[in-house]
Amino acid sequence: MIRALAKRELRSLFASPLAWVVLAVVTLILGWIFLLQVDLFLRIMPRLALYRHGAGVTALVVMPLFHSAIVILLLVIPLLTMRLVSEERRQKTLELLYAAPLSTLDLVCGKYLGILAFLGTLLFLIFLMPLSLELGTHLDWGLVAAGLLGLFLVMAAFAAAGLYLSSLTEQPIVAAISTFGLLLFLWIIAWAAKGHGPGSHILRYASLLDHFSAFGRGEIRVSDIAYYLIFTLVFLVMTGRRFDADHLEH
Amino acid sequence: MAENLIDAHNLSRSFGGRAAVRNLDLTLERGEILGFLGLNGAGKSTTLRMLAGTLAPSAGRITIAGIDLLNAPKSAKRKLGYLPEQPPLHPELTVSEYLRFCAEIHGVPRPRIRHAVQAAQEKTGLTGVERRLIRNLSKGYQQRVGIAQAILHDPEVLLLDEPTVGLDPAQIQDIRTLIRSLGEAHSVIFSSHLLAEVQSLATRVIIIHEGQLAWSRPLTALPSDRPAASYRTGLRKAPSPERMVAQTGAREITPLEGGWFRIAPPQDAAGDFPERFLEQAVREGWAPFGLVAEETSLETIFLELTRGVTPNAMESTP
Repeated sequence: MIRALAKRELRSLFASPLAWVVLAVVTLILGWIFLLQVDLFLRIMPRLALYRHGAGVTALVVMPLFHSAIVILLLVIPLLTMRLVSEERRQKTLELLYAAPLSTLDLVCGKYLGILAFLGTLLFLIFLMPLSLELGTHLDWGLVAAGLLGLFLVMAAFAAAGLYLSSLTEQPIVAAISTFGLLLFLWIIAWAAKGHGPGSHILRYASLLDHFSAFGRGEIRVSDIAYYLIFTLVFLVMTGRRFDADHLEH
Repeated sequence: MAENLIDAHNLSRSFGGRAAVRNLDLTLERGEILGFLGLNGAGKSTTLRMLAGTLAPSAGRITIAGIDLLNAPKSAKRKLGYLPEQPPLHPELTVSEYLRFCAEIHGVPRPRIRHAVQAAQEKTGLTGVERRLIRNLSKGYQQRVGIAQAILHDPEVLLLDEPTVGLDPAQIQDIRTLIRSLGEAHSVIFSSHLLAEVQSLATRVIIIHEGQLAWSRPLTALPSDRPAASYRTGLRKAPSPERMVAQTGAREITPLEGGWFRIAPPQDAAGDFPERFLEQAVREGWAPFGLVAEETSLETIFLELTRGVTPNAMESTP
């Protein structure tokens, strides 16, 4: 049943031009950034050869690409998640799900896995770019894997927040803007922690951005993984509570 | 009590302090088509949503085929097919894609899905449009898709909320025929604010007014029960209306065109008023050639109930 829900979600996404446009635009922009990085790398390569332990192509091309990808995802994921529930609320199709023998857990998982499958496709497209470098050089696969894991966790967290905010409203655009606002705020919250004032480490811990930078250096830390998983879980639980509340009140 | 497919006790629901449904008791027996009649806003949809398990009642208990809906919603909902007031359709899917999805979330076993979708499409007359997008279908066909969605998993109980609203007369006829044929295999509750619809389809009728049960009785008990509010009769050799009033005890007789008269039966008339009137007309040699009930008895009851007048026949038969 969860599979049926996820499949339907994916199908509806691809039935609208939105999904295709998002895939195309993200690939285009990241492709451009990727080419710029490769070009930069080729220009500075002769100088890099002077250092014995200088940074390689993975650190200079792939990691900046992943960093740029996160910024673009911040803009794009709210657009993908905005219709998840709000559209169903508007079309009154939620009644169908509520009348079916589905638990709240089924509902939340189905919706979430549907969008996650789409984001998985997007991640794969992004991954194809560094993979193409393997034709001419050798990549540091450990670093790439850490980057991909980080990127996936960031996507999962963004999508969970988007799903929750979409469940609150009937208007997709409201969901999109509030998701974008929330994610951006959690992004820049660490800016306030530049100094060493009291509580600055709390602000830094709350930031979505800071937890990714370790992955970018190839470090996989339990605290970072836990942060994204807890973030995701909290929003999924809240989405479930919102579904339950639909039965109770009006 | 095991015979009852739906047993609802003391259902209440309020929205923001305003009671939409109050202390409603409702049962549905196997094989019944129950017409649920009420003015707009009487609480029909709220009641159906509670029975379908999409809205939790503020108070009360519902069992579906012996399973408590609030304690075991998953297994109870398997026995239900529900068409909400607005059919819950995904316009971007084709008819068969949509029905496949509905079969999956209703837990139809994988190997049987194909057959279930096919059967539902045949029953609802959707063969021929199954590969079209729901968005491009007419309102009547969309309504059929909504009904197909409700019968896919072969539920024992069908809940249809205003299944004919917004359709044209031909489509209404089609849907009514469909509901009548569904009534052979399923027990059905359908709501309507149209008297004619309930009269032509239902085996039992429930009238709900301001969230409370106002009347419940099998429709077969109606005709002999009470006379209609007025009749139209054709008399070829009629005397003056005043004389007829004096002889038949009618409340009022007004001449219409072409030998027709409108007759209002006396306030305390019994159900056999039309028969007695005709007998007398024949005896007196008025040459009657027609008699039609203008306002049906259900209509009278409905209007009396919803105008706040309490008729004598309030108590329901078991």
